[in-house]
Amino acid sequence: MKQIIQLTVNGNDYELAVKPGPTLLDLLRDDLKLTGTKKGCELGDCGACTVLLDGKAVNSCLVLAVECDGRKVETIESLATINGLHPIQKAFIEKGAIQCGYCTPGMIMRVKSLLDEKPDASKEDIQNGITGNLCRCTGYKKIIEAVETARDKMNGKESEKPAVHQQKATGDLSVVGKSLPKLDAPDKATGRAQYTDDITLPNMLYGKLLLSPVPHAVIKSIDVSEALKLPGVKAILTGADVPDITWGTSPPRYDEYILAKKKVRFVGDVVAAVAAVDEETCYRALKLINVDYEELPSVFDPMEAMKPGAPRLFDDKYENNINTRVDHHFGDIEKGFAEADHVREARFVGNRTYQNPIEPHCSIAEWDRHGRVTLYSSTQVVHYVHHQLGRILDMPLGNIRVVMTHCGGGFGAKAATTTLDVMSVFLAKKTGQPVKMRFNREEMYLYGRGRHKQYIDLKIGVKKDGTITAVKQKAVLEGGAYSSFGIVSTYYAGSMLTTNYKFPNYKYDGYRVNTNLPPCGAFRGHGCPQPRFAFESLLSMVADDIGMDQVEIRLKNAMTPEYHTINDLDIHSCEFKACIEEVKKKSGWEKKKGKMPRGRGIGIGCGGFVSGAGYPIYRSKFPHSNAIIKVEEDGSKAVLFIGDADIGQGSDTVLAMAACEAMGISFDRISVISADSDITPVGFGAYSSRVTLMGGNASKMAGEEIKKQVLAAAASILNCGENNLDSKDNKVFVKDHPDQFISWEEAARTHFSLKGPLIGKGHYSPPEGLGGKYKGAAVGTSPAYSFSATICEVEADMETGKVKVLNFWDAHDCGTAINPLAVEGQAEGSVVMGMSEVLLEDEVFDKKGKIINADLHNYLIATSADIPAIDTTIVDSYEPQGPYGAKEIGEGAIVPILGALANAISDAIGVRIYDLPITPQKVLEAIHSAKNKSTRS
Amino acid sequence: MLKEKKTRVPSKNRNGYSPSTLVSVIFSLNGSQATCSIPSSMLLIDLIREEFGLTGTKPGCREGECGACTVLVDGHAVNSCLYLTVNINGKEVTTIEGLTGRDGNLDPVQKAMISKGAIQCGFCTPGMVMSIKSLVNRNKNAKKKMNREEIKKSLEGNLCRCTGYIKIIDAAEAAITKMDEKITEIH
Repeated sequence: MKQIIQLTVNGNDYELAVKPGPTLLDLLRDDLKLTGTKKGCELGDCGACTVLLDGKAVNSCLVLAVECDGRKVETIESLATINGLHPIQKAFIEKGAIQCGYCTPGMIMRVKSLLDEKPDASKEDIQNGITGNLCRCTGYKKIIEAVETARDKMNGKESEKPAVHQQKATGDLSVVGKSLPKLDAPDKATGRAQYTDDITLPNMLYGKLLLSPVPHAVIKSIDVSEALKLPGVKAILTGADVPDITWGTSPPRYDEYILAKKKVRFVGDVVAAVAAVDEETCYRALKLINVDYEELPSVFDPMEAMKPGAPRLFDDKYENNINTRVDHHFGDIEKGFAEADHVREARFVGNRTYQNPIEPHCSIAEWDRHGRVTLYSSTQVVHYVHHQLGRILDMPLGNIRVVMTHCGGGFGAKAATTTLDVMSVFLAKKTGQPVKMRFNREEMYLYGRGRHKQYIDLKIGVKKDGTITAVKQKAVLEGGAYSSFGIVSTYYAGSMLTTNYKFPNYKYDGYRVNTNLPPCGAFRGHGCPQPRFAFESLLSMVADDIGMDQVEIRLKNAMTPEYHTINDLDIHSCEFKACIEEVKKKSGWEKKKGKMPRGRGIGIGCGGFVSGAGYPIYRSKFPHSNAIIKVEEDGSKAVLFIGDADIGQGSDTVLAMAACEAMGISFDRISVISADSDITPVGFGAYSSRVTLMGGNASKMAGEEIKKQVLAAAASILNCGENNLDSKDNKVFVKDHPDQFISWEEAARTHFSLKGPLIGKGHYSPPEGLGGKYKGAAVGTSPAYSFSATICEVEADMETGKVKVLNFWDAHDCGTAINPLAVEGQAEGSVVMGMSEVLLEDEVFDKKGKIINADLHNYLIATSADIPAIDTTIVDSYEPQGPYGAKEIGEGAIVPILGALANAISDAIGVRIYDLPITPQKVLEAIHSAKNKSTRS
Repeated sequence: MLKEKKTRVPSKNRNGYSPSTLVSVIFSLNGSQATCSIPSSMLLIDLIREEFGLTGTKPGCREGECGACTVLVDGHAVNSCLYLTVNINGKEVTTIEGLTGRDGNLDPVQKAMISKGAIQCGFCTPGMVMSIKSLVNRNKNAKKKMNREEIKKSLEGNLCRCTGYIKIIDAAEAAITKMDEKITEIH
């Protein structure tokens, strides 16, 4: 039974009675309320729970609380003292090593133990020393740099400051264009930042979902009577207890029930929900729920699913399981191929990958006595959740408050309302108590919404000089059981192929096919990375065929500014050629290509993305981003209220920078409140790479409105017309006589004294009438497009098939980089995530449709030891539609990675691999089959 | 009716408790069975707030002066800051959270407090409600109900700094004397 242990935590002595089961992580988080230590996987894979036990780093999820008797525990909360932050924390903040921040506390504790043990650790020591701590955002580069900086600082040395390249467009600006640490980084470095699971409300219950164990079945009956008898169980809801409406992500295809009504369609489909006093009781109750399933034939392969006579997932819709069909033809494809001197086609197959944010999804709902509900959620899209709850509950939006806490990474996994959001609300209503629901790592995979696996048949025709005359693509997307984001994914897979290169004739056939597997959704680059992988691979093959350099064929066809694509997308700013030239130069392409020994290879890949979707998922006339700025009465500080969501990418910081620039104040004078439906005006959230451009424009506009009022107030003091005034660096001055000025706060204070609150409002809607008139023309439209080029160098072990990525040179046209440090963070994170998808990641299912690698040791993601040298360049560019010329970087940067790496591997081994992931087995098989072929011939 | 079971182990020497002498208690908390191993010196208020996370019961003075921590033990109002947890073995404890029915309906005392405007800052309210509830229990089968003066006297252990007590006594009177009648519906 209980055992009494004595231990020291962060210098405090405790005498505790503990049960045998709970881990040190449970003890720290639940009993001592030290929530800085994070729960990521509960299996010792991710390292987010790392603490020091007697000075050595351990995964606290793998240490039993009872083992800690007589021992000393140090957590992230102990690291900063009253005298300030620890050098490791400072370095993480300054170097931009923190994005979503969920891995940060564990990472910092690991580093502490590493540097304590080896104060002069080399870069390699560091890279190998932190492999047990997974980070999905940063790509590890900045983390390693931060550790080196901290090491030097602790050893009394100063690190070299890297040279900073300033973009031309930011020359006259005082805030925009500076590499500033993120506003939330100090909280994240010290464990103070609260994620949803860190919140405990009084009298709170816990909820869990019953997930279907079978891939396809009719529910004959559900018996919850035994489960309800279990002490501690407060409520159980099944399909009969929830509204009879369907929901989902895309309104034209709402095809999910909140809880399964009659049928389950994949292993993981949601059947029931239970609320109880703790999670353990919930899990015990789930086992007592008796569901009688009558199994139906199931289908897991999209090609099989499309065949006549295949098992149907929906009887009343999606004939042949085809959930979405796109049939686009622009120009004249026959004519285009007829004009070509060379035509090549091939089939490429992608992989089914999962976003794997380190923070599992979590929601907490609470109702008040006025019939108002508050939901705390780890989401990317507060206002979409708000809207969806209003629809499901049939309640006015004012009776629903959705609050985004800190979010531990999303990458699309949290870009839609989840069953946790909805069911925590229903269970809280039923029990009259707050209810917290979270996924564990396995449940995250089972719930799904990762990247669609695509089967792509691609055909490219070129003239002798490399000019592309026609492109034909057929993509079959393995969609899983429900629509999720899938319609949009299917359109994106086709529409975005036209933005990098000019071609006059294009045919796209898209099929999204339902199968009895977890639904696929939106994952960074939404629909585009796999078609782009296919295109970049085939383009290089075509170049080789016609004896043209792979870089040259890209330059030949590259997009240029102010171009109207064949599918009616309007490109404005475009420095794509500069990106290609830059990586060509930096990589030493000419010296390397074709001149390296077997086993060593170099490849190029390009890409880009929309800077925000031109049209929102939910049709409305509301501006897409909205901002309010409120200045304190003494003029000392401004607060930006913005509906868009900072999921770690740093949007709070970037939007605050745009607002500061517009107001003429310095960055230390602003704070941000974002993504709370009660407090912040509607903003569509963090998806489709929209926040910098759209939220940035709204924030800038709000700042300009403040500035106008401040200048008017200053005009009365300075006795001159407000048109002759300007504000910058906390001063309001006469334009022609900058020595005549008053302080910004005096002007702001004067406004407040005379006119009351100093408030600025801003909003942004994309230009009207974007895109063509054909069906599906809306998908792919955007106010602006980003462009990226990357070159990759690899070394393949010809004996084992293992590929080591040595270098990535990447260049990006993201317009003005409002915060270059944050832009680099997105680019580096994209390189490593893309590389990880190419080499490691794939969901594997058994014959009954159950995922068998639903964890982080069988589904591998890149660790610090896998990463190459990354050399990121931000090219000079200015986008007139963007705030201070800015465009997106968060998603476009991953799009080129897959093709570049595939091309490099092909170059290294001399054989093309057409399907992802490119595992050592596939590389070896390819090498062997090539050998056999050559011996035979 | 003991329908549910909660098992919690106080696991921290918060408030200076040492778990070296653990005592087992079984009791009913808001209708659910609770089993606890507790330090022998633990006060009921700490068990309720710290271990069960029921923060509706308020610590005002922690020395029995203010009554903000009032809960019901077997239907009688006690200051939970003066009550040793070891004494609750086999008893029924009701806190403010347990007053609202599973159907979400408020207790008549809560309804009376709301409709009479007896709540201002609200910090004394949970304790006050529980004290009034004990009076309601006491008067349930009484032939002669308490009069206003007696009610006033009975509530003197619960201090309120906001309302001047008039509206609280109005609410208590309504709850006690008109308990068979319908009190204005509030949600």
